[in-house]
Amino acid sequence: MARFEGTENYVATDDLRVAVNAAIALERPLLVKGEPGTGKTVLAHEIAKALGKNLITWHIKSTTKAQQGLYEYDAVTRLRDGQLGDAKTGDIRNYIIRGKLWEAFTAPEAPVLLIDEIDKADIEFPNDLLLELDRMEFYVYETREMVVAQHRPVVIITSNNEKELPDAFLRRCFFHYIRFPDRETMAHIVDVHFPGLQKELLREALTAFYEVRDVPGLKKKPSTSELLDWIKLLMVEDMSAEDLRQRDPQKLIPPLHGALLKNEQDVHLFERLAFINRRERGK
Amino acid sequence: MRGLHPAAIVMFEGFLYELRDAKVPVSLKEFLTLMAAMKQNVAGYDITDFYYLARTALVKDERHLDKFDRVFGHYFKGIETLGEVEPVIPEEWLKKLGEKLLTEEEKNQIEAMGGWDKLMETLKQRLDEQKERHDGGNKWVGTAGTSPYGAYGYNPEGVRIGQEESRNKRAVKVWDKREFRNLDDQVEIGTRNIKLALRRLRQFARSGADMELDLDDTIRSTARNAGWLDLKLVAEKRNAVKVLLLLDIGGSMDGHIRTCAQLFSAASSEFKNLEYFYFHNCPYEALWPDAARRHVERVATNEILRTYDQSWKLIFIGDASMSPYEIETPGGSAEHWNDEAGGVWLDRIVTAYPKSVWLNPVPERHWQGTESIGMIRETMAGRMFPLTLDGLDHAMRRLIR
Repeated sequence: MARFEGTENYVATDDLRVAVNAAIALERPLLVKGEPGTGKTVLAHEIAKALGKNLITWHIKSTTKAQQGLYEYDAVTRLRDGQLGDAKTGDIRNYIIRGKLWEAFTAPEAPVLLIDEIDKADIEFPNDLLLELDRMEFYVYETREMVVAQHRPVVIITSNNEKELPDAFLRRCFFHYIRFPDRETMAHIVDVHFPGLQKELLREALTAFYEVRDVPGLKKKPSTSELLDWIKLLMVEDMSAEDLRQRDPQKLIPPLHGALLKNEQDVHLFERLAFINRRERGK
Repeated sequence: MRGLHPAAIVMFEGFLYELRDAKVPVSLKEFLTLMAAMKQNVAGYDITDFYYLARTALVKDERHLDKFDRVFGHYFKGIETLGEVEPVIPEEWLKKLGEKLLTEEEKNQIEAMGGWDKLMETLKQRLDEQKERHDGGNKWVGTAGTSPYGAYGYNPEGVRIGQEESRNKRAVKVWDKREFRNLDDQVEIGTRNIKLALRRLRQFARSGADMELDLDDTIRSTARNAGWLDLKLVAEKRNAVKVLLLLDIGGSMDGHIRTCAQLFSAASSEFKNLEYFYFHNCPYEALWPDAARRHVERVATNEILRTYDQSWKLIFIGDASMSPYEIETPGGSAEHWNDEAGGVWLDRIVTAYPKSVWLNPVPERHWQGTESIGMIRETMAGRMFPLTLDGLDHAMRRLIR
């Protein structure tokens, strides 16, 4: 049995590794939650890469219906073709558009199926997929055929917690919550992305990053992906550890903060804090 | 379940019930999943991995993670005094764990005493004896030092061998750290049911770009077109209901804050057109857009009545429990001097919004006992509902009628 051990580009913690392997072994979906930017979506890509499987991604939007993941019958095109006398119209199968689930079920090798941001859809969406994900099969009414998964795909589902998912759905999944990485893991993650980054710079950058995250009242705390962007920017701008350390104590906000703070209210917050800081020093 | 030590089920029951007592929603289905995963050897032979596996299989929401850690830590401690978690685990797994941890010398010793099968058999026997003696079922947990089974743990043939150095200790740390503490008890809890009840209050209207096929119109115009297809599209339906929420934040509401926060959280994600204002006990000539800044910012009730026309649906949330003077006499307000009585304002508001209800967090059976509840119910013409799922359901039906 294939086991997931993380990849060279992705640092998988022990608990994540166990959760992924449990989902693979029992062929159950794995529901992944966590702060935005902690690598939920990337996880599916990395699992696919690590196991040497294809990845099929189904992005969920607020208008997505469960049926679209199975198939859609394009009656309108068929009607129009019929009027033009197209011979294709004789076979209804020409007008059945396969969805992502169908694609995943019939792939010659079991792929990894990513159902991304399931909480964006309507509140009933997960319920509509219960049976399909449980038995990995569904019925096509138009052609009276049963689509059964030849190999059960590895299903990864991500959620940002915008809506609560129904219990019946949850019972069928394994669950993993991606915690925000601690300093040690984070250093490891950065190292994977920027091997050979100066140790000094890394340490200063991480200190500044966790300081920013610790500021109470931030609307959007910077996450792993923001940190990686920021470090990249620091490297491009040729910033040194010195530059980071010698930050003016009156200016709390780190250099090139645009990569870390994505919200103008947060930037204002920092400016206000800097102001208070200055005033207290002035006393 | 086949392949499991008979004691496993007994033991696991305890863990399961303890989780349920701690309000972690675990069902048999999750338990069977965990057992299946154990049989498939997902956790390897590592107790920390076993903890991770149990967590991923049994916990389905991050706010229960902390509770799970606590129960696991507590439960694990109980077993630790005995020596091991063995009864929780299929024999095969346990055996391999032992093999991994045992030195060659120890393995030989085991062989000398009859091997692993013999060991398991004795273990089972001892467990049974122990059960009879205490007839409590799993009371034997924690009687380490004195029970024959506990003593058994120190036998070189026992499963405890090699444990001291700490696969366990390391493992214990993982859950004793309780890293998920601050995720426990967020407001979101249980809002799904509330959202489902609120869904009754849907009024679909077509707005936005034409995206959907209008079948009736297409057929009509195709027929008119002598059979040549003429597609007609319409805009999608969206929930266009408009809701005005007036919430009581007076002192007597403190006990109901949780329920109200849940309802509010559900409502704000369910309705796109939602406006809300706060009042204290009874609405008077001004309402507050922000509860925390109620002495700074206020909006005249008349202005609200003008701004939001009668197509808005009005929902009051309040316990309606106050002194009758606050409703019937001018100047009766608990906070300020009011020129007109609360009842007058309430009447004005209710008249302005034909579709209105009052949700009351006070249980219905206590309504009779409070005079002011009776008075407000009268003003609302009976449209007061208890703030329960059932009451909410009725209220929504009433609003949509």
